[in-house]
Amino acid sequence: MAEAPTAEKTRKPIVPFLRIPDDPAEKPYLLGSRCKDCGATYLGKRMACSKCFSTQPMDEIKLSDRGELHVFSIVHQSAPGVPTPYVAAIVDLPEGVSVRCNIEGVEPDPKNLKFGMPVELVTNKIRTDREGNDVIAFSFKPA
Amino acid sequence: MRDVAIIGVGMIKFGRYPEKTVPELAAQAALLALKDAGADMKDIELLTSGNLYQSNAMVGQRILQIIGQTGIPVVNVSNACATGSTAFREAYMAVASGAYDVAMAIGSEQMGKMGLLGGGGTGGDPAYSTEGVLGSGLMPAVFGMAGVEHMRKYGTTMEQFAKVSVKNHKHSMHNPYSQYQVEVGLEDVLNARVVAWPNTLYMCCPTGDGAAAAIVCSMEKAKQFTSKPIKVSASVLTSDPWTQRDLTMPDINTLTRNAAKEAYEKSGVGPEDLDLIELHDCFATAELLHYENLGICGEGEAGRMIDEGQTYIGGKIPVNASGGLLSKGHPLGATGVANICEVVWHLRGEAGGRQVEDAKVGLAHVIGLGSACTIHVLEKV
Repeated sequence: MAEAPTAEKTRKPIVPFLRIPDDPAEKPYLLGSRCKDCGATYLGKRMACSKCFSTQPMDEIKLSDRGELHVFSIVHQSAPGVPTPYVAAIVDLPEGVSVRCNIEGVEPDPKNLKFGMPVELVTNKIRTDREGNDVIAFSFKPA
Repeated sequence: MRDVAIIGVGMIKFGRYPEKTVPELAAQAALLALKDAGADMKDIELLTSGNLYQSNAMVGQRILQIIGQTGIPVVNVSNACATGSTAFREAYMAVASGAYDVAMAIGSEQMGKMGLLGGGGTGGDPAYSTEGVLGSGLMPAVFGMAGVEHMRKYGTTMEQFAKVSVKNHKHSMHNPYSQYQVEVGLEDVLNARVVAWPNTLYMCCPTGDGAAAAIVCSMEKAKQFTSKPIKVSASVLTSDPWTQRDLTMPDINTLTRNAAKEAYEKSGVGPEDLDLIELHDCFATAELLHYENLGICGEGEAGRMIDEGQTYIGGKIPVNASGGLLSKGHPLGATGVANICEVVWHLRGEAGGRQVEDAKVGLAHVIGLGSACTIHVLEKV
């Protein structure tokens, strides 16, 4: 039985740890896992804790949508289809986990990037996949 | 574990050889090492072959099919950029354990144009590729960010990183095995196009083809082959231990420090005793970080070390007298054996115009992202 896909059903996250709520009024968020035994925090789901080796099911946590810029690089040469130059970065989230992302909303020049600057999560559609779904990615921009 | 010596080494000039096959490149290096050792294939009891891009294609066996099908055990090894040095370590361990008396390690690579950007696809719908969308996991950005972290912690400047390229290119002028033998000035390096800030074109190692080989032997048997055996005083391999950001931002420092500590303990040699170091300068930023990781200077002092020229040939501790990966090139599987060849030549007094005076103890370091770190301490006996 065929069903016309609703807007929510055709939005797919680029990575599994980016959660897109079914309710479009709710913002997408990053999913984390926290080890019950040692507190180490990871992006997405984990089979085990690579810090303390615990195989206890982890606590799933909704990660903050704000973080701090730890480090960056300005990338001028990339795989085909990637517009350059762009800012590749590592953002530290308050839950004790870091995420790899682009920094948007700023000219890609080291002068514009301050270590520790507050940044916030944004999401956008970047591509359409083979089945016609919108692929949603995330980035961070100066807060 | 008994003492092991290197009795023969050989490498080909790194460059581009599209008309040759990988086993042919490797065989050339192997024949040079055998000649250097005064040995032939009947002496070799085990072969370890390090090669990445053809890791599923039995490169080791195909080398023997060119130079000698003796039916010996062959292990094909891969460990990212530490492939060659891991192959060397496996040969070393086989002899140190007493199971074999003589073993050969050969590292080889033919990279075409793919280089460090290529290899490993999304394995599915390319719409889900994260490269350039969720930051970058490729080597130029990874090492760019590692350098930026050093800038953040210590105020290291782009100029200081660029000086690494100036030094290594100067050193390469005396290394006939180097892919590039071109001097570059600081302004040339700074004005070259940026690949991933702060690394410009001359601060990134070139891709290319190459091969290197080393033959190890029990120390007692070594005298049958050579009057200049070089002792392997430490052979260490580490992987990346859990650190806070490692899964997102590869930590090139902790596993190197762990390997260095173990190598210094095992060899009884300290960083102050080293006469030369061949370290993994895949990008100029990496070299300065490794000065501190290997303990040749204090935390945050690497910038000052390069400013003061302490790591030039003739300086306090020559680093990358060969010209490093920045000049020599980085045929992935070959590098880890090539820097062992280089240290051996200096310890034997055979390094020609780039010879480090009176070299007695050297260190060879490689790091492969993902991650693996090898450190070898070699000594003149």
